[in-house]
Order: sequence, then structure tokens, then C-alpha cells
Amino acid sequence: MDDIKQKLLSKSKQTTEDRRGKILCYACLSLIIVLIVSILYFIINRGTATFTQNYLSLTQFLTGKQWNPGHHQIGALPMIVTSFLVTILAAILATPFAIGVAIFMTEYAPRKGTKALRAVIELLVGIPSVVYGYIGLMVVVPLVRKLIGGTGFGILAGTLVLFVMILPTVISLTADSLKAIPVSYRQAALALGATKWQAIYKIVLRAALPGILTAIIFGMTRAFGEALAVQMVIGNAVLMPEGLGTPTATLTSQLTSQMGNTVLGTVSNNALWSLALVLLLMSLVFNLLIRVITREGVIK
Amino acid sequence: MMEITEKYIKKIETPVALKTQDLAVYYGDKKAFAEGTIEFPQHQITALIGPSGCGKSTFLRSLNRMNDGIARVEGQILYHGLDINNDQINIYELRKHIGMVFQHPNPFYKSIRENITYALKYHGVKDQSVLDQKVKESLQAVALWDEVKDSLDKNGKQLSGGQQQRLCIARAIAMEPDILLLDEPTSGLDPVSTRKVEDTLQELKQKYTIIIVTHNMQQASRSSDYTVFFNLGQIVEFDETSQIFTAPHVQMTEDYVSGNFG
Repeated sequence: MDDIKQKLLSKSKQTTEDRRGKILCYACLSLIIVLIVSILYFIINRGTATFTQNYLSLTQFLTGKQWNPGHHQIGALPMIVTSFLVTILAAILATPFAIGVAIFMTEYAPRKGTKALRAVIELLVGIPSVVYGYIGLMVVVPLVRKLIGGTGFGILAGTLVLFVMILPTVISLTADSLKAIPVSYRQAALALGATKWQAIYKIVLRAALPGILTAIIFGMTRAFGEALAVQMVIGNAVLMPEGLGTPTATLTSQLTSQMGNTVLGTVSNNALWSLALVLLLMSLVFNLLIRVITREGVIK
Repeated sequence: MMEITEKYIKKIETPVALKTQDLAVYYGDKKAFAEGTIEFPQHQITALIGPSGCGKSTFLRSLNRMNDGIARVEGQILYHGLDINNDQINIYELRKHIGMVFQHPNPFYKSIRENITYALKYHGVKDQSVLDQKVKESLQAVALWDEVKDSLDKNGKQLSGGQQQRLCIARAIAMEPDILLLDEPTSGLDPVSTRKVEDTLQELKQKYTIIIVTHNMQQASRSSDYTVFFNLGQIVEFDETSQIFTAPHVQMTEDYVSGNFG
């Protein structure tokens, strides 16, 4: 009897093992949290220095059109506008194609076709952005030049490159959300005398709407944050876009092209950090949007 | 497939709504159902009972061609003298006349109102007053109107399980079908909701011919007029429900309804 009591009260090998595992997990987690917090701190600290240390105006930053940080002109509006324009245009262009392909994959294609298509789409995701940019530079820019004149660099070229880049993301996420709609929805519609297309168009797409919106926003997040490929075709002149074919710059393209040319602590450097801060805030907004959309009952 | 030698199929004297002749259903090469010859009496409730895997759901799904593309159907299903597996049959029109309600409540991700008007709209009903009238009538027919009349714009998914299933029945009868097929409509519902659905069916049989698959013997015995007993992919017995549950003609049926199966 006492023997059992003794055993029950003593610490076993399992107890230490369990604790060790827990400590390991917590250690990893703490390290990552420290990393994330310091990145955030660094971006926010540097990004706000333009306004708190160099005493430049936030209003000028958000509404000004002159970008020349060396001379304390930090109007970032052209970049913000261009970033949003290429993102939204790419999403508008990609959405119908993505939904079409996703419907084909989930509703019409035979199993083998779906698998092959999936493989191709995953391949597209894996292509480095510099390759997309190179294709953009060599094929899309000359094409745009031929079509609408000018240099060919600008919003249209950027949009076209981003359209191809975000397409695989939007397709696969949309296909996932369509696949998640129970078969019984489709059956119910068919049993009421609906055609397959009526069932897809009115019932399946409707039920998958939150998922599809999430897919689009994920695509937009990717487009908004893409730097290299856009930088190669956008023209890199911080000017308000005057048409689809005039050289301009996005937040990311300006960062990539200028970051090697500034010294830490100078106004030019701080101004770039402010651009990074805008990007950070925007990705936060996109994330919040996704959260709101996927929350049950928001979209009725 | 094991051949069952002792069978009993009652000949129907009253008007017949639907008739199958030597019906056989195949999944690939596998025969899931064979030799179904049966007549479904009009404006009556016919229950299909039998152990799992006996082919009753397969049989039911063949009756409005929900098996298209999944299974191959041989033999005839005669509706108004037409074989519904005929190539010339417009299946969208057919399913308007032979409606179906499924095992799990599956209202669309739409408002209660739209759940009912969805099918009517694509079948060409545009007049808003007609649509409103239909919504009211079909919800009244399933005794759901009083519960939801103030919240018709609420999403159908927000209703309770029993209410959802009654909404699905309302949705089916809004099309004014001749025949309503139900595939274990109450298997996911609690006894109270089950009772409500059964009461609904009793009301509906004045206007519709109802064919219901059920695993619940009490349900078959208390709410149906005729019963078909399926086993091993064949129809073993078809008779009036009272007969089947008190003095069936076939020994196998007796064993099943009295629980001495196997």
C-alpha cells in the first residue's frame, strides 16, 4: 500500500520529459515573439522618425506630390496612388478568370484534369518574381508600348505582370472555398429542377462568397507587397500617373530601387522607412479585412 | 447478388402515380439494385424500409434521375406513361414534377424567403405578389409560417435543424410537384421535430404522392399507408403498411419488422 503511495507522489521520468517539451516550445515561441516585436518596433520607430525627428509634415507625406527627400520634399501620394491602382486593377482583372478556372476545377473537370491543373498552378506560384519581372520587361513592356504608345513602362505593364502573379493564389484559394461547399447544396438545387450552371451560379458561388472575397484579398495583399517584378516594369519615376502608360513608382518599387542609395539616419533614409510603415499598415488592414469577412454572419 | 425467391408485391387498385418496371441500377459493373417492379399509389405515403445498403436510397434517387452520371439505370420508370430515362425527357422539367428532400437539412445560404423563391424565379415566376403568396402558402403547408413570418429575411441556416428540414420541404413543394421523394428526412432530427415533419407529411398527402425512405420502423408504421421492404438490392415485399407490420406474406419481412433479422 505504502509502495503505491510512494510511487504516486514521486516525480517520474515522464514529468520531466513533459516539462522539457513544454519549455522547448515556449522558448521557440518567445524567440519568435521577440523577433517580431523588434521588427515592428524598428519599422515604426524609423518610419515615424521622419515626422518626429525631422519635423516633416504627415499631411505633406500623405497628400504631397513632390518626392525629393534630399530636399525635404516627401510627398508620397504618387506612390500610394500607384500602389493602390496596380493592386486593384490586377485584382479586378484576375477575379473573373480565377473564379472561372476554379469553377472548372471543382465542378466540371475530371479528377485527372483537376490534378494536372493544380500542379501547373503550384508551379506558377513557385516561379521567382524576378522571372515574372523579366518576362514583363521583355514582353509586356514592348507590347504596351505598341498598344498605347509612350515608353511602355507604367501602370498597365505593372497591372499585367501582377495579374499573372496573383492569379494562381486567387485560383487555388477560390477553388478551396468552392470545394468546401457541401455537395448537398448542389443536389438540393438540382432536385428543384435547376441546371448545373444555375446551381453553381446562384447557390455555390453565393455560399462560397466569403471564401472568394478572402481569396481576392490574399491576392491583393500579394500584389500590394510585390516589389521586384513591379520595379522592373513600372518606370521608377515618382510622378503622379497620368495614364496607363506613363512611368511612375509604387511604394515597394521605390523602396527596392532607393534603399541602397541612402545612409541610415538621414532624411532620405527615414522617408523610405515611412514608406515601409505605410506598407506594414496596409497589410494590417488587409488582414483585418479578411478576419472581418470570414467571421460568421458578416456577409448575409 | 443473392436471389431472394419468396416475394410478395401487392397489386394496386387505386390510381397509380409512378410505376417502375424491372428496374436495375448499376454502379460501374456492380449491381446495386435489381428487378424492381412496383406501383406507387397516388396521394398516399409509401415508406421504403430495409437494412443499410439494401438499395432503397439508390432506388429512390433513380426516381427523379439524381443518379445521372453516378449510376446506370436499366428497366423503366413510368410517369404519366413516359419512361423518365428516355433521352428526350427534359430532366429540369421532370424534377419540377418529382421533387426531393434530402437526409440532412440543406437550406441554401440565403434568406428564408429566397430559399423558396430561388427555384420559382429560374422557372420563370417573376410577379412579386405571386412569389410572396407562394412563400406564405408553402411555409403554411409545413407549419413553419407562424414561426418565421416575422423573420423571412433571416438566413435559412439560422433556423433549428427541424425548422431547416421543414423549410427544405416547403422549398420542394413550392414547385407544386406531383410526387415528393424524401430520403430519411428525419434521421438527424430530435423526436419533437420528427413528429412535426411527420404531421406535415400527413397534411401534404392530400395533394402529393409521397415516397419516403426511413430507417425508423415506428415512423414507417405510424405515418405511411404502404410499405416496401427492401433487402439485398431487391424488393422483397410491397403491401399496405398495416399488413406489413402485422401479418406480412414473406418470412424475411416478418423477421425484419419484428427485429429478428440476420
